[in-house]
This record gives sequence, C-alpha cells and structure tokens, in this order.
Amino acid sequence: MSENHKIIEIEVLRYNPESDDEPHLEVYKVPFSDDMSVLQGAQYIKDNFDGSLTFRWSCRMAICGSCGMMINGIPKLSCETFLRDYYPSRIRIEAMANFPIEKDLVVDLSGFIEKLESIQPYIIAKEPRTLEQGEYLQTPEEFNRYIQFTSCINCTLCYAACPQFGLNPDFIGPAAIALLHRYNMDSRDGAAAQRMELVASEEGVFNCSAVGYCSEVCPKHVDPANAVNINKTNAAKDYFLRFLSPKGGSK
Amino acid sequence: MMKAGLKRSNAPIFWGLFGAGGMLSALFGPVLVFITGIAVPLGLLLPKGAMSYPKMQAFAQNFIGKSFIFAVIALFLWFAAHRIFHSLHEIGIHAGLGAKLICYGSAFASTVIAAYVLLVLGF
Repeated sequence: MSENHKIIEIEVLRYNPESDDEPHLEVYKVPFSDDMSVLQGAQYIKDNFDGSLTFRWSCRMAICGSCGMMINGIPKLSCETFLRDYYPSRIRIEAMANFPIEKDLVVDLSGFIEKLESIQPYIIAKEPRTLEQGEYLQTPEEFNRYIQFTSCINCTLCYAACPQFGLNPDFIGPAAIALLHRYNMDSRDGAAAQRMELVASEEGVFNCSAVGYCSEVCPKHVDPANAVNINKTNAAKDYFLRFLSPKGGSK
Repeated sequence: MMKAGLKRSNAPIFWGLFGAGGMLSALFGPVLVFITGIAVPLGLLLPKGAMSYPKMQAFAQNFIGKSFIFAVIALFLWFAAHRIFHSLHEIGIHAGLGAKLICYGSAFASTVIAAYVLLVLGF
C-alpha cells in the first residue's frame, strides 16, 4: 500500500478458545483505498498484523453467504460493506450476534444446519410420477408463488438480527422458516401438513413477535418475516380447524 | 428429518385474541378515545347528553350494545396483555410464568368481571 492511502481504525472482536476466557477487542490501523470492503480490511489485518485472525469468506460478491459479521453492531455481509462509508470513524467488527463463537469472527452454525435439515428442505411429491409419466409441470404463476423464498444464501444474518432467536436458541428462526415456506408453496410439493408439526410446535413460528429486523438485514430480500407471519396464520388455522380435517399431519 | 418429541404450542389461542383485539383497537380505539375522552366532555360535535346515563344504560341493556362493550373491553385487554408480555421479553425481562400470569391473568379477570357486570345489568 502506498503512502497516500487513508488509514482507518478497525476494532476487532478477538477470541481464542485455547487461551482466552472471554472475547476482547483489539484495534488495528489499516490503510485502505475507496474500493476496499470490510472483508478486505480483515484480510489486510490477517496478512500484515496477525495471521491468526480467523474469519469465514469465499466469493467476495454477496453470493456465498460466508462473510457475515456484526459491523458497528449491525449484521452485514462484510464483502459488500465498504470501509469508505465509515471513515474517518473507527469501525468495529464482531462475530455474528446470538451464535456461540468458535474463534474470532467464526461462529458455530451447527444448530442452524440442524434446523435446516429439520424442515425437510426438498420436494416431497404430492403425486409421485413414474418416468413414463414425465416431468412435474408448473405454470409461471405457480413458480412465482415461491421463487422469492429460494433466494436465501444461508448467511444467517437474520438470526444475528432476531431478538427472539437470541432469547430462545431453539426457535427454528427466520431463514429456516422462509425455506420451509418455499417448499410448502411449491405446487409439486405435498408435505405442508408434515412440516406443520414443526411450524406449530413450541420451537415454531409463535416465537416470533413480528419485529421484522430479519427482513431488514436480509441481503437477498427474501423477507423471512413475511414467511414466518404467513405461517402463524397457517398454524392458527391448523390449531383451531385440526379437528375438522382429520388429514392434518400434526397431532 | 423431522425432530422427535415436538410439542404443539398453545400460542394460537393468545395470538388469536391478540390479533382480534389488535384489529378492533385499530378500528375503534382512536374514535372511542375521541368520543369518550374529548368530544363528550368538551361538548364537541355530538348532541348534548349523547352519553347520558339512561342512554348508556339502554345501550348496555341491548344485546348488540352489550356484545360491543364486551368485545371492546375484553379483546382490547387480551391485546394489551399479549403486547406487554412480549415487550417484556424483548427488553430482556425474561418473562416467566409470573409475568405470564400477571399479563394474561389480568386480561382474564377483567373479561370475567366485564361479562358479569354486563349480565347483571340485564336485558
């Protein structure tokens, strides 16, 4: 980096499980140019000041969903957040809120992965077809009903934003419920009644108190808050009407 | 795979009352505040004696009037109880059984009292 670069102070939440009792903040003075993202700032620290700094990243273009972190307390993808927008103030980067920290900016996502699996995120055919019967057809209108909810990149920023997930880590949470809704809304799928057991459970949609911050921080405009609240209505209908329709999958 | 041992949440009951009360308070809350708190005491817009005792008594003795008063009192309270309970949760007061009992209990008690008073007023 040349002399005429501006210098920004980056405060980083550090935690080494082998030596630290609790996380602490460390400040680094990072030279930057206008096109540098916060992720590149973290990479500069790792390359020049402390090679042990640990964080996740891959695509650098807001597609992979790996580089989420708290930037000045707001969950953001660090690859699409720019240092120039914070200069000359100091910028603070921390591991995503509401998750256990593994090391530095890396959080433990195993609970989230289990939730993703639990919603049965695949099409369970309504009417299974043989090869001879050909493919499952779908109209553009049917496609439009769920396409928005397919855009999730599993960055989990919505979990870092969700105060209810912060209070109850068993809550299935925004992204998983948005994906669940994606499959329920697919005209080829017939497992909404099976998934209802989870939606209507104590881990399900009623943990949500409609804060809406999840949708606000979503970098892909999935609007998980909408998916959750549609499913509150579905679960309430299922609760009161389950005795009328014995076909429901939930008890 | 689906998790085993999922317990069905009873939230739809409270959420349903909350939703009904929220809708009702959005529709009628402001105008009720205006009529009972501003227009009648200051004698604005409405005819004199619009809320006089005999008129209000007749209103409360009519079946439809009675139902309206009951719905407005009971559902507003269930709405408020739910909102307060969840707001406690959000500001970090980990609302346990105690908070639940106070919030929903007061709504329940008020519902019973409102029903009792309205029935005692007769038809």
